[in-house]
Amino acid sequence: MKHFKRSTITVVILMLLVTLVGITGFTACKPKEKKPVVLTFAKAGDAVKLDPADVTDGESITVMDNIFEGLVKYKPGTTEIEPCLATSWDISEDGRVFTFHLRKDVKFHDGTDFNADAVVFSLERQRDPNHPFHKYGEWAYWGWVFGAVEKTEKVDDYTVKITLKEKFAPFLTTMAMFTAFIVSPTSAEKWGEEWYAHPVGTGPFKFVEWIKDDHITLEKFDDYWGEKPKIDKLIFKVIPDASVRLLELQQGNVQGMEFPNPDDLEKIKSDPNLKLLSQPGLNIGYLAMNMGEDTPGYDPHFGDVRVRRAVSYAINKKDIVKHLYKGTAVPAKNPLPPTLWGYNDEIEDYEYNPEKAKELLTEAGYPDGFETNLWAMPVARPYMFDPQKIAEAIQADLEKVGIKAKIVSYDWGTYLQKTEAGEHAMCLLGWTMDYPDPDNILYVLLDKDAATVGSAGNVAFYRNDKVHELNMKAKKTYDRKEREKYYKEIQEIIHEDAPWVCLAHANQMVVFRNNVKGFKLYPTGDYHFDTTYIEEEGN
Amino acid sequence: MRKYIVRRVFELVLVLFVVSIFAFFLIRLAPGDPAVVLAGEHATEEILQEIREKWGLDKPLIVQYFIWLNSALKGDFGRSVRTGDSVLKEIFYRFPNTFELSLFAMIIATVVGVFAGVISAVRRKSFWDYLTMTMALFGVSMPVFWLGIMLMLIFGIWLHILPISGRMDVYISVNRITNFLLIDSLITGNLEAFFNILKHLVLPGIALATIPMAFIARITRSSMLDVMSKDYVRTAKAKGLSEKSVILRHAFRNALIPIVTSVGTQFALLLAGAILTETVFAWPGLGRYIVGAVSARDYPVVQGSIIFVAFLVAIVNLFVDILYAYIDPRIRY
Repeated sequence: MKHFKRSTITVVILMLLVTLVGITGFTACKPKEKKPVVLTFAKAGDAVKLDPADVTDGESITVMDNIFEGLVKYKPGTTEIEPCLATSWDISEDGRVFTFHLRKDVKFHDGTDFNADAVVFSLERQRDPNHPFHKYGEWAYWGWVFGAVEKTEKVDDYTVKITLKEKFAPFLTTMAMFTAFIVSPTSAEKWGEEWYAHPVGTGPFKFVEWIKDDHITLEKFDDYWGEKPKIDKLIFKVIPDASVRLLELQQGNVQGMEFPNPDDLEKIKSDPNLKLLSQPGLNIGYLAMNMGEDTPGYDPHFGDVRVRRAVSYAINKKDIVKHLYKGTAVPAKNPLPPTLWGYNDEIEDYEYNPEKAKELLTEAGYPDGFETNLWAMPVARPYMFDPQKIAEAIQADLEKVGIKAKIVSYDWGTYLQKTEAGEHAMCLLGWTMDYPDPDNILYVLLDKDAATVGSAGNVAFYRNDKVHELNMKAKKTYDRKEREKYYKEIQEIIHEDAPWVCLAHANQMVVFRNNVKGFKLYPTGDYHFDTTYIEEEGN
Repeated sequence: MRKYIVRRVFELVLVLFVVSIFAFFLIRLAPGDPAVVLAGEHATEEILQEIREKWGLDKPLIVQYFIWLNSALKGDFGRSVRTGDSVLKEIFYRFPNTFELSLFAMIIATVVGVFAGVISAVRRKSFWDYLTMTMALFGVSMPVFWLGIMLMLIFGIWLHILPISGRMDVYISVNRITNFLLIDSLITGNLEAFFNILKHLVLPGIALATIPMAFIARITRSSMLDVMSKDYVRTAKAKGLSEKSVILRHAFRNALIPIVTSVGTQFALLLAGAILTETVFAWPGLGRYIVGAVSARDYPVVQGSIIFVAFLVAIVNLFVDILYAYIDPRIRY
């Protein structure tokens, strides 16, 4: 062991020198092979699965938006429906049968033909427990969104008939959702259980590789039936920390990113190389007041509409949005977001007026206020950036009018369970829409049907018969103008009854380098890169 | 020695068994329903029930445990509730990333830490001594994610000589054989990839190394001080041996035991997955994966990962113990 130390040190130093030379050497001659146009987009998290019918999370969906397509799709940047894999459709007299005429000469990425068999396969595997592929997934969204579908049948190679159990007005809109994306049956059969890692669709980009937790690579699909994408390679890179995402974007190592830190927004806006795309998303963050007398958490104070209106006047919404959301949201006056059709812009919101609040409380018999509880979730949600801070702000606002609210918190999963069981007097909650139809908020969250104790989507346990009647009417007609009328009336009633204080609609934000053009924000939160192109940059 | 190893292996099995019980029951104590996480917030009770039945979540806990144990003993740790992939496959896919990073960090930490510790001890109470010990304090106190971003700013943005985040540039592709990318890139002769990966290891490696480096420096210093006050060192000096010979041959070797222990412990800790470093540097490692699984109540992944990490720690400890026998001839098993 005599010369052990000396020779080891020499070896180590030599290795370090070689490494240094190697690193610098290969840095110097880094190949500038930028001939193929590559767009790298930085995401906050990796996809969970790449089977569009078997996921519920945005990170998976935004990747698959580029690989798959549905029978219909959203007009770029909107919530309007237009033909996609179906060129036209007929609706039966009773509104229960939809006949879709499919586009011809469309190929899947594996070369097989798109036809009625593929549509039937994609939908029936989710619905039919006896379908051979049913066991390969959870199909979480099927029951929830497509519960009205009775059966999907092939009429001929390019015609598909979908029968509904009953008229369901949002149906066509839901067919643009990721759950109804059409997958290649050939490749599903080939991969069986592993299919979710080998996605094959008809979209403008085809799947190349998935390095877990690191990146997903897609390539332009040369046989795409529509307008070919102007990017050759689309790479979704996972960078969990928002500050690091921004650093990489500023360096030019990635050309786009999602979910910037609110604290970085000023920096982004003043950076001449970057551009921020932002608009209110299809979501709502709200404070619900429990009106369910049959629930364990019911506080009788909130049974009085004057108290609820008092709370609405007491909360300084604008300040909360400005300081706690830090410019990443717009204040809400309705449960529906302004980017959705049916939004009632005529409604005048309860302005911040603590004096009026105290008046109403005195009128209701509580001149000195009262004690109650305010539930807040411990995790950031897409519609509510910092629920704990927001709860504290609300608590302070309520204190000023005499209402002393104790803040209660539980682990997110538990929070959901307990609020669904009505254990709260007031709670913060929110919703990101599944599909762009007012039914998804006004029925799902505010109808008496959704106020079942133990599994309530309607955590205000707000049971209004007139609202229910209007919701039912709106579900059963396909006439858009008529539906808009009903939904606008519902929003007026809700405004009067004040079961919620509507707080804010969070913005969806993405940041791109200035030379990335043509990207449109879809209100649904989907990322479509088919129209995106990159201009020459002096970089 | 052989009997010792066999005995240790038996102990390892026992430890893993006890760990499995903890892993299994502890994660289930946390509130939150994996079925809800899987199916999303709006799932109906029917769908939730279907999911629970499919994953056996509706059976009594003891029964669930034995079902799981039964498969585990056959090498099947089940499938991730979130992704459906085999748990072992997912772990082995990510473990090499963590291992390479940890090994790289440990090499830095050990070389720098030992060197600093020895010099500190030999030049006790000098400027150098105070400097290194203060830096050790910083190393332990500085939050890793802050340090990480600072390193990125300095070397990635201002000096522009190292990459900011990630395992390697996205245009690099390596044929995976062992999943240890440094090895794979060498085996397949892909030198460009090799150096690219090495480049990406530097910043996270340094960030990760700061804490172990601090511990190792301090232990080295105190162990050396302890040894240097011993009689045999005084004898060596009295004999007229050069200072270098006294330090390296006589003092250092005898100071090794606590140092090796510290290195082993620190390495085992790193192998468990440096979550903060992996998150900040977008490193696709095991730590990030386990934390994600805990949040999602992905029970099979959490259980499998905890057992795996326990196994790693036990192996590292065993290795360190065997190393003692080589360092100190008086230790015989």
